[in-house]
Amino acid sequence: MSLLEIREVTHYFGGLRAVYNLNVTLEGGELMGLIGPNGAGKTTVFNLVSGFYTPTEGEIFFLGRNISGLKPHQVTALGMARTFQNIRLWNSLTVFENLCLSQHHQLGYGLLGSVLRPRSFTENERRVRRTSEQLLEILGLAHYADELPKNLPYGMQRRVEIGRALALQPRLLLLDEPAAGMNPSEVDQLIELVRWIREEFKLTVWLIEHQMRVVMNLCEIIKVLDFGETIAEGAPREVQQNPRVVQAYLGDEEVSYA
Amino acid sequence: MRRTMPLLLYSLLCAALVFGADTGLLNAYVQLVIMYVGINIILSSSLNLINGYMGEFSVGHAGFMAVGAYVTSILNVRLFTDSSLFGPGLLGGSSALYLFPVTLLVGGVSAALVGLLVAVPSFRTRGDYLAIITLAVNYIVKSSIENIQFIGGARGFMGMRNVVDAMTGVVNMPWVLIWILVFAGLTVWVLQRLVTSTYGKGIIAIRDDEIASEIMSVDTRHMKLVAFMLSSGMAGVAGGLFAHILGYINPGTFTIMKSTEILVMVYLGGMGSLSGSVLAAIGFTVILEVFRPLQMAKWVVIPLLLILLMLFRPEGIMGHRELTDVFPRLRRLLGSQERRP
Repeated sequence: MSLLEIREVTHYFGGLRAVYNLNVTLEGGELMGLIGPNGAGKTTVFNLVSGFYTPTEGEIFFLGRNISGLKPHQVTALGMARTFQNIRLWNSLTVFENLCLSQHHQLGYGLLGSVLRPRSFTENERRVRRTSEQLLEILGLAHYADELPKNLPYGMQRRVEIGRALALQPRLLLLDEPAAGMNPSEVDQLIELVRWIREEFKLTVWLIEHQMRVVMNLCEIIKVLDFGETIAEGAPREVQQNPRVVQAYLGDEEVSYA
Repeated sequence: MRRTMPLLLYSLLCAALVFGADTGLLNAYVQLVIMYVGINIILSSSLNLINGYMGEFSVGHAGFMAVGAYVTSILNVRLFTDSSLFGPGLLGGSSALYLFPVTLLVGGVSAALVGLLVAVPSFRTRGDYLAIITLAVNYIVKSSIENIQFIGGARGFMGMRNVVDAMTGVVNMPWVLIWILVFAGLTVWVLQRLVTSTYGKGIIAIRDDEIASEIMSVDTRHMKLVAFMLSSGMAGVAGGLFAHILGYINPGTFTIMKSTEILVMVYLGGMGSLSGSVLAAIGFTVILEVFRPLQMAKWVVIPLLLILLMLFRPEGIMGHRELTDVFPRLRRLLGSQERRP
């Protein structure tokens, strides 16, 4: 059983075809990249996979289960976490609380538990806190625990967002432009971080990225989208030399002189 | 020991107030103000759950109050008193003593169910549009009651005085005051525990970023249902208690004016601050009474105070902080805020 299988997914926004006939299979353990020019439909693919949109046509299977039509939090509960292109942390809650809160689906108590606070409540809260604390520790964020995310440097916010995604103990991690807006040294750290968490947590990682340095350094397979269609797929070297990819990124020769 | 400190202090305060009322140290007027304070604490802190913690803008809180007020009153009059409307009471007056909190809760549950009228649309809309829906629900409730002639329509509903008399007839204590104190304490306790638990912080997450919450494992629909139903249920209980202070209610009491009054308290105290809501409820009720000699001019002075507040301290008195944040020593005393292990 493969981890993620996208079967012939097509998605329309009104009359606009954002994704066309997409097929992706992740067996588990890969580090895949999704690239393409602006507006190619990359983030739409992530939104489809994470349940934010329901595909117009086609089906998505996660761990053998058809997830098209499930609510995002249900998909998350199955073991899929993501980060966002524009950082979306909960800014009035501390970094620590952010990590706790993304375990909301596995709290093990509800309204009554939170009010009456029986022993099981304390145990559950302790478990959630311990997970968050350990993550903050190994991500080097421990001394930011009580800060509000908005007060952190940009690179750190990205790191917190990855931490928040890891807190829900996913099998698959989707990273939407993790290096966007980072300076070169932050990018180097990010590359190291992604490599390391993948080994440490035995994760499958699928990332969208614009910076070729990140993609070429990290990814084992790359999928290239243009106008919602897959135009190339393969190892970084192959993709780099694919004429259709070059054309999509740089345009036709005649056009570029016009 | 430290865990029970707030409970202990509150019980002492309540005991002192009840003792004062019982022995006549506090006159009827002071008792009345205290009862209004208690009810306003329930109303403002429960509305703060929606407007402060969840970041929606509800302007229909009085509607839920009305539901609770009518359901509890009708039940009480029907069950415990002989009335021209319903005939002899079903259970006899003495049972009112212990069944009063039950009918209050029934009123709360009914209000919570009416809260679904807001909770379900909130799945799809938010912000200004949801505010309009809450306003509409307020009007629906008010107009419905006005048009049910059986329970008095626009003329109002009375007979709760007899219920109170039935209770004091068995044991002569200020029962309405007691139950107001109990439910005000209970409301703040429940809300405080909810919003400090990771579960309840799911409500705050919706305010901060609903999309991120939905994708990062928070069942936003569930949390919205909980928040709206809990909040309107508490307003319903407040309504039930309110009805028994004067023994008379009419739909005209539960208009947008009443909702606005509650809103003012929430914003005065500070969004997302329970201690702010409590302080504002006390302050606002007292100010209203202090300015009573101004008569109608009071409705010029009080809004003016509000304008000044919004100009110079738009975040309210507390503004997203609790008393324990302002005075950290309180935390040691009360032990209410849990620290990380």
